[in-house]
Amino acid sequence: MSDPSVLGTAVAEPDPPPAGGADAQERARSLASDAWHDLRRRPLFLISVALIAILLVLAAFPQLFTSADPNAGDLARSRQAPSGQAWFGYDLLGRDVYARTIYGTRVSIVVGVLATTFTVLLGGTLGMLAGYHGGWVDTLVSRLTDVVFGLPFVLGAIVILSSFREAIGEGAVGITALVVLTMAALSWPVSMRITRSAAITARNQDYVRAARALGAGPARVIWRHMLPNCLAPVLVYATIALGAFIGVEATLSFLGIGLRDPVVSWGVMISEARDYIRVAPHLLLFPAAFLAVTVLAFVMLGDAVRDAFDPKGR
Amino acid sequence: MATPLLEVEGLRVEFRTRDGVAHVLNGVDYHVDAGETLAVLGESGSGKSVTANTVMGILESPPGVVTGGSVRYRGEELLTAAPARRRELRGEHIAMIFQDALSALNPVFTVGFQIGEQLRTRRGMSRRDAEKRAVELLDLVGIPGAKQRVRDHPHQFSGGMRQRVMIAMSLALDPDVLIADEPTTALDVTVQAQIMDLLADIQAERHMGLILITHDLGVVAEVADRIAVMYAGRIVEHADVHSLYANPCHPYTRALLESIPRVDTKGTSLSAISGLPPSLTRIPPGCPFHPRCPMAAERCTEELPPLAVLPSGRSSACLFAEELVAG
Amino acid sequence: MGRYILRRLLQLVPVFIGTTFLIYLLVWALPGDPFAGKCGERACPDAYITRMREEFHLDENVVVQYLRYLGNLLQGDFGQTFSGTSVGELIAAAYPVTLRLAIVALLIEALIGVLAGVLTGLRSGGFLDNLVLVSTLFLISIPVFVTGYVLQTVLGLRLGLISPTVSADAGFGELIVPGFVLASLSMAYVARLTRTSIAENRRSDYVRTAVAKGLEPRRVVGVHLLRNSLIPVVTFLGVDLGSLMSGAIVTEGIFNIRGIGGLVFRSIALREGATVTGVVVLLVIVYLLMNLLVDVVYAVLDPRIRYV
Repeated sequence: MSDPSVLGTAVAEPDPPPAGGADAQERARSLASDAWHDLRRRPLFLISVALIAILLVLAAFPQLFTSADPNAGDLARSRQAPSGQAWFGYDLLGRDVYARTIYGTRVSIVVGVLATTFTVLLGGTLGMLAGYHGGWVDTLVSRLTDVVFGLPFVLGAIVILSSFREAIGEGAVGITALVVLTMAALSWPVSMRITRSAAITARNQDYVRAARALGAGPARVIWRHMLPNCLAPVLVYATIALGAFIGVEATLSFLGIGLRDPVVSWGVMISEARDYIRVAPHLLLFPAAFLAVTVLAFVMLGDAVRDAFDPKGR
Repeated sequence: MATPLLEVEGLRVEFRTRDGVAHVLNGVDYHVDAGETLAVLGESGSGKSVTANTVMGILESPPGVVTGGSVRYRGEELLTAAPARRRELRGEHIAMIFQDALSALNPVFTVGFQIGEQLRTRRGMSRRDAEKRAVELLDLVGIPGAKQRVRDHPHQFSGGMRQRVMIAMSLALDPDVLIADEPTTALDVTVQAQIMDLLADIQAERHMGLILITHDLGVVAEVADRIAVMYAGRIVEHADVHSLYANPCHPYTRALLESIPRVDTKGTSLSAISGLPPSLTRIPPGCPFHPRCPMAAERCTEELPPLAVLPSGRSSACLFAEELVAG
Repeated sequence: MGRYILRRLLQLVPVFIGTTFLIYLLVWALPGDPFAGKCGERACPDAYITRMREEFHLDENVVVQYLRYLGNLLQGDFGQTFSGTSVGELIAAAYPVTLRLAIVALLIEALIGVLAGVLTGLRSGGFLDNLVLVSTLFLISIPVFVTGYVLQTVLGLRLGLISPTVSADAGFGELIVPGFVLASLSMAYVARLTRTSIAENRRSDYVRTAVAKGLEPRRVVGVHLLRNSLIPVVTFLGVDLGSLMSGAIVTEGIFNIRGIGGLVFRSIALREGATVTGVVVLLVIVYLLMNLLVDVVYAVLDPRIRYV
């Protein structure tokens, strides 16, 4: 996957012209283009992007890869080992594990993406508010962050998920939404802190002070000056968090409080497999392998992006 | 001729990076004897500090690679010496003080610990004796209340006081050669003078060889015996301090001197050196200074002038040195 | 120093109150009948429910309830379950095992993580560096329960090296493999953090000074470089003890360890809100105290931090 010819041409590229001007957007853009040039020569980045592309295709068009119905069970073939007919074997209810793994990609990725989006939006907005206003707004938001941060994640998730479980009913959408919102509700403090410190740094920079002194309104200062500055660290966090959230979904399902039937996700499959690991390890192996590769891809991407955006690394 | 205390000859260093090879030192020659002060003068990037770091054996490698030349201490070749021998010489015979004392001192240890550390590890002193000696050294470099301050951490000192701590530390093992790498650059002007005086006093008192690296011509005049001017990784002029100021024999030195503001020429415009120092990855052919040199001729773009000794004993790496001497 | 600790302690009070109130709210004030399924197949007799609601003050305002709970808590009373068992005793029975597991995990992650980080940080780019980089990527990517099951199956069932489940008294020896599983994720972070920190400080001026002083390489690394580089690592490890205890639930489930994880699950199944609240509150306290400890240790390790 790490095509050496691609790497060769990337290395031969001349360095981008040095950043000029003090305009925040231009700086951000040149930082981004620097980072882009840097990224293209990293094998880890290329591997992870290729993996993610494959996963996205799997998630978008599962029917291209399997003709079997992930929910069609036949108890006669319960827990059959992998064979030519069913590459990954059959699960307890005689459903095709390969089909379920392929279809599970969609839910796992959707949960990861949504949880990351909500986490970053919530944390980012609060962090930006706290960073821009300072004073009592900052104090209030920061204390609130401390409070939520103090909640242990797994226990907090257990309490929330079991409390709302009955209210939500049995619909696939409802269950998924509850899991996503729980993850976001417990995870936003990290992105709030990242955004807040980036926002404070930006706000104290001379050109931002100058812009404010010249009468730029809050919206303009936040949008043009502070947002571009906060983007890189939040982006890096989001990429790594995305991988982590996919793993967290599986952990919650494993504990029996996350997604559940009729939703098809890797976590649900792993959770169903856990009592049969000794007699039918393939039930655990395949979804766990897909899960690990997906998390790996996002973590590698996050690593590569962070290294590219970190000026110290150059 | 007697063997000099410390001698650098034809030293060549390259920095090998992803973006190419930078020729940082291209044959540096200088020497210092006991009881004298050599000032090494040049713009940033001219290779002053790299030379010093190579002499100390603390050149960062990678990217730095020594590709040629020789560094001798009392006639002993250092570049090929065993690492253990080099370590033995560091601090004990050749010591160094750095530009930014705040970052050069370890922030988490007391200054007493850092000064006494060498005494404990290399002289086998007890913790208490080492601290006592540290107090004496702090006292020697003029830190008021040394006895109380020995247990303070570096961040609790002012810039000038920190540099004094640095000096005290370098003196702990009584070295014969002291290399001071821009010791006053980070300091206020008034403090600069105090630190320079202190260095000069210590040098005279202990009969040390002092190599003073600086880009500040004003600093040099008072304390140096000889001056070596560096440009693009080479020594371009070398002379005793009076001759050099009176009659610079290299156009670069001349330009440097003319760029200092002086009271007696107040009102006339200052001359700055035109152009930029050459990129060390693409040093121009011939004399590296020729693109900026007011005297440059056709020859200068082809011939690399050697550092030639002139009849008066001074040396210059300019094809027109003789004419410059004649004035 | 004393004033500094006191000040930090006072700053923790609002966070403590906020967090515990949030938990209390989540457990007690949400929809759901705490008495559903309490009395077997039938609905509970009204008289029982009325008595219980009164005894547990369930009809009062939730803020009043919380304040009463807080008052009891400050006297060391975690309350009672509906069946009258003391929550404090339940926790006291389950907690030591979890604490042991978390400590074993912490030691493992500190030892292996720091060692791997130091070795790779000193020599970046080599074979070992890449090996550790890939290992940390895998440790981060593979969910803890998969690592747990694989180790349990391979070491316990196939090779017979360990007992696949941990006995009731759960000694330190038995907890090594579960501790490793629990530590795996943090171990990767510790290794990476140490590596970055060492690599950054390795090029610092004070390390160059130490070399220029003619100190032995071992001393330069062991005293000057490590002392500075480990400050962020120690901070991470301190705060991580709390997360390890919370994360122990998964590991406890796999190896059948009778710690607070099992207690929480049983309590949730039985709708014993008092026990759930008690366990979470205890973990919050541990987390906050570890934070305080880390702050104090940090100030000791880094003299530039002033005790304000």
